[in-house]
Amino acid sequence: MLSASHRLHSDALSEAENQAAYGKCNNPHGHGHNYTVEVLTRGPIHPETGMVIDLVALDEVLRTKVLDRFDHTNLNLDPLFVNRVPTTENLCRAVFELLKDALPAGELEYVRVEETENNFFQCGGE
Amino acid sequence: MIELTRRATFSASHYYWNEAWSAEKNEQVFGRCANRNGHGHNYTLEVTVAGEPDPVTGFVVDLKWLKDVIEREVLSAYDHRHLNLEVPEFAKAIPTTENIAIAAWKRLAPAVSAAHGARLSRVRVYETPEIFAEYRGEA
Repeated sequence: MLSASHRLHSDALSEAENQAAYGKCNNPHGHGHNYTVEVLTRGPIHPETGMVIDLVALDEVLRTKVLDRFDHTNLNLDPLFVNRVPTTENLCRAVFELLKDALPAGELEYVRVEETENNFFQCGGE
Repeated sequence: MIELTRRATFSASHYYWNEAWSAEKNEQVFGRCANRNGHGHNYTLEVTVAGEPDPVTGFVVDLKWLKDVIEREVLSAYDHRHLNLEVPEFAKAIPTTENIAIAAWKRLAPAVSAAHGARLSRVRVYETPEIFAEYRGEA
């Protein structure tokens, strides 16, 4: 789980357009979520270990690449979101890219990010 | 391509009954679900749309818009209703979770395809937390 704040605001839009597009999510001081991040890996079961992937190692990758970076932060201040609105779509893609490079090739299937109990986003390799 | 899912709940009653069968056969096939007094569920509906995030807004679709579509096209017809008695598509089709998923898809698809370049990619209906049916449209 990842607790972070964000504000949805695009410099390419006027104040009125930002309000219309984002509603309450455009409130100037931001707001927060407890995001849930789900990572699906796919692969054969290794005959010696019986595992697709070492979960301890996967936890470590998630902690160092994602949680240490984003947990208890303001997403808008992360370099990844200087020119990109930190919608959960864009966060999902960013997490996927960060993990893809840190895991063995072809193993990362998709990342799912749940923003609230009512909505979640999923992205995989395109 | 990103998939965006919105969850919603509705509470409805139904029973399973095939008019072409005898009472015995209905009870044998459907068990307690064949009770014509009906029974109910808190259903969870998950609606997934797929598309590319808009380069300016960062949205695949506006979630508020999707919430309104779900309310207008599905929940207003199903929530707090008796599916067999009050919903036209279940006058003849048995309101199984499978048929509810397909019916919800048919209700949602025109509204979703009319907007924003996103497409409806999946409808999932949970009858209980342990049972769900998922429909992805016809290939």
